[in-house]
Amino acid sequence: MSDTHAQSVAYVRDTFIAEQAPPTREAGAVKWLRENLFSSIPYTILTLLALFVIWQLLSGFLPWLFGGVWTADSIRGCREVLDGARGGCFAVLTERWNQLLFGFSYPSSQYWRPTLALVLLFVAVAPVLFPDLPRKLLIVTLLYPFTAYWLIWGGTILVPLVALLGVVVGYVAFTYAERRGFAIGLLAAVAAAAVVWWMGGLAAENGQFLLRLTPVQSRDMGGFMLNMILGTVCVSLSLPFGILLALGRQSKLPIIKILCVAFIEFVRGVPLITLLFVANVVLAYFLPPGTNFDLILRVIIMITMFASAYIAEVIRGGLAALPRGQYEAADSLGLDYAQAMRLIILPQALKISIPGIVNVAVGLFKDTTLVSIISMFDVVGMIRGPILASTDWNGVYWELYGFAALLFFVTCYGISQYSQWLERKLATDNR
Amino acid sequence: MDTTGTVADDIQVDRKQMKVSDEVAIEIKDMNKWFGTFHVLRDINLTVYRGERIVICGPSGSGKSTLIRCINALEEHQKGTIEVDGTRLSSDLKQIDKIRSEVGMCFQHFNLFPHLTILENCTLAPIWVRKTPKKEADETAMHFLRKVKIPEQADKYPGQLSGGQQQRVAIARSLCMKPKIMLFDEPTSALDPEMIKEVLDTMIELAEEGMTMICVTHEMGFARQVANRVIFMADGQIVEQNEPEAFFKHPKSERTQQFLSQILGH
Repeated sequence: MSDTHAQSVAYVRDTFIAEQAPPTREAGAVKWLRENLFSSIPYTILTLLALFVIWQLLSGFLPWLFGGVWTADSIRGCREVLDGARGGCFAVLTERWNQLLFGFSYPSSQYWRPTLALVLLFVAVAPVLFPDLPRKLLIVTLLYPFTAYWLIWGGTILVPLVALLGVVVGYVAFTYAERRGFAIGLLAAVAAAAVVWWMGGLAAENGQFLLRLTPVQSRDMGGFMLNMILGTVCVSLSLPFGILLALGRQSKLPIIKILCVAFIEFVRGVPLITLLFVANVVLAYFLPPGTNFDLILRVIIMITMFASAYIAEVIRGGLAALPRGQYEAADSLGLDYAQAMRLIILPQALKISIPGIVNVAVGLFKDTTLVSIISMFDVVGMIRGPILASTDWNGVYWELYGFAALLFFVTCYGISQYSQWLERKLATDNR
Repeated sequence: MDTTGTVADDIQVDRKQMKVSDEVAIEIKDMNKWFGTFHVLRDINLTVYRGERIVICGPSGSGKSTLIRCINALEEHQKGTIEVDGTRLSSDLKQIDKIRSEVGMCFQHFNLFPHLTILENCTLAPIWVRKTPKKEADETAMHFLRKVKIPEQADKYPGQLSGGQQQRVAIARSLCMKPKIMLFDEPTSALDPEMIKEVLDTMIELAEEGMTMICVTHEMGFARQVANRVIFMADGQIVEQNEPEAFFKHPKSERTQQFLSQILGH
């Protein structure tokens, strides 16, 4: 440095350069195009090729979509209107709209009931999904299953009321008896609830006509409504069961552990469709003749078993990913097992498991269409059965299955977007 | 190679306030522990009096950590007895939870709960174990966070804090349970050198207030200044224990001399 002039080393800037816009080639759309689409000759060729393919697809699809016929009474009506032009026969959707959504034997004067139940569903899940909403809204969530049952199946309001009362009494009994130990609390809760249900059952028989809605049988449920019922009930049941199974599999008590492992491994090793056949056909052999064990209930039990085994394994992965130090820290503070699990371990393990749980939930929701194989008329069952088999609409495949795909896609994409939002929200531990 | 002994050397400690009473806090008799077939702890006999500051040192694998983890039943011992504050450790879970709530513990890797804020980390156990009302628990937590000099971090998450700060939060979290005894399992081993001092300062302050402490540590400066007893362990046994002055100047056993020359000598 000795050869530098002292004058040139000391330097003070006296005019400052104002900020200038970048050259056009380096900014905005032009830059983006250059970098992403036309950065070299092979890339340019690929870009043009891709544009051509997209053009081909859209030039086939868009006229079909926008040139479609929305009002006609049969596929022949469609053909007449189209007169050789390209276009979909969407009239089947408008004409069979109610059948696609509610099945073909739900009384049409009562469609408002499942619709209202769906609207209430969004209100009820909101406080569970969005922790920022006021906690008091959880009461709506608690009441929802009973309200929804009453709305969809109808009958006297006494039945869901008694069920709710049993749950509340059981909970109160549990909080009182829990001081003597968790098991005694649980036993007291079950006993108290059973007594309430038994007495309430007698009361409900005598009060058949109190606030009575037209009863609808389970076999009359159908359409996308059936998929929604099965999906919602099974997802919300399989999560708690999955958690219990995962904890049971980690338990130090050998019998509980063996039972959980056996259950999980058995259910995971059997296809869902076999379980559904068991629910539909085989169970009837084992039940005493004349027992009326609701088909939807049987299917719900089977799908829930199936999904909870998968969710249990996903959660086990989350539990295994937690450092042992978290268990030790919780123990060293004097938290008991239930507290440590609820406050420390599960919140973290579940957070890790979110992608896996959502994966199972989305898969389960789509698997509800399998019930069409055991002659339940969900949306796919409706399409395969009554609609395509009718002489009016025989041959309208793309429009119907495309519609079913759209229904499922919208729901599943919504679930997936929500889970990604939740993951971002819960990310507190990254630096 | 003398990095372990220097950090706390310049700390001035007021030893007069640290009084040892003749009340027994922990009594361990003929305690043995095995990991599978490996005999980790052999015939441990140790009586800790209220107000004592004990430093346990020794080569790695000598059973130091296992010993203090047995005291709050994070590890189960197979033979002998441990009595903490007059309660004997057994397999009774209620009994164990009670002892754990009286015995605070700090870990090498802090083990803060990453999904809870600093304040929630500190109030969780008081609220759920001691059934303290939330407002009171918050006040206690802020008191101890001020004491470890990080009240301004109360609403952050553990991941946003430095290692030294996290360890001080971990100490505050234990103190919120108002424990009678504090166990430290290598509290400074995972920290950068400049953060070790802030944690040691916090521990010294605790000692000056008369807390009963057992520390597994390699900070020999801390042992010299603060401890009233230094225990040297090797191969699962207590080899030597003495007052720090005598322990460092005139170690009696050959094993101790060897160990001390390794970590203090050049």
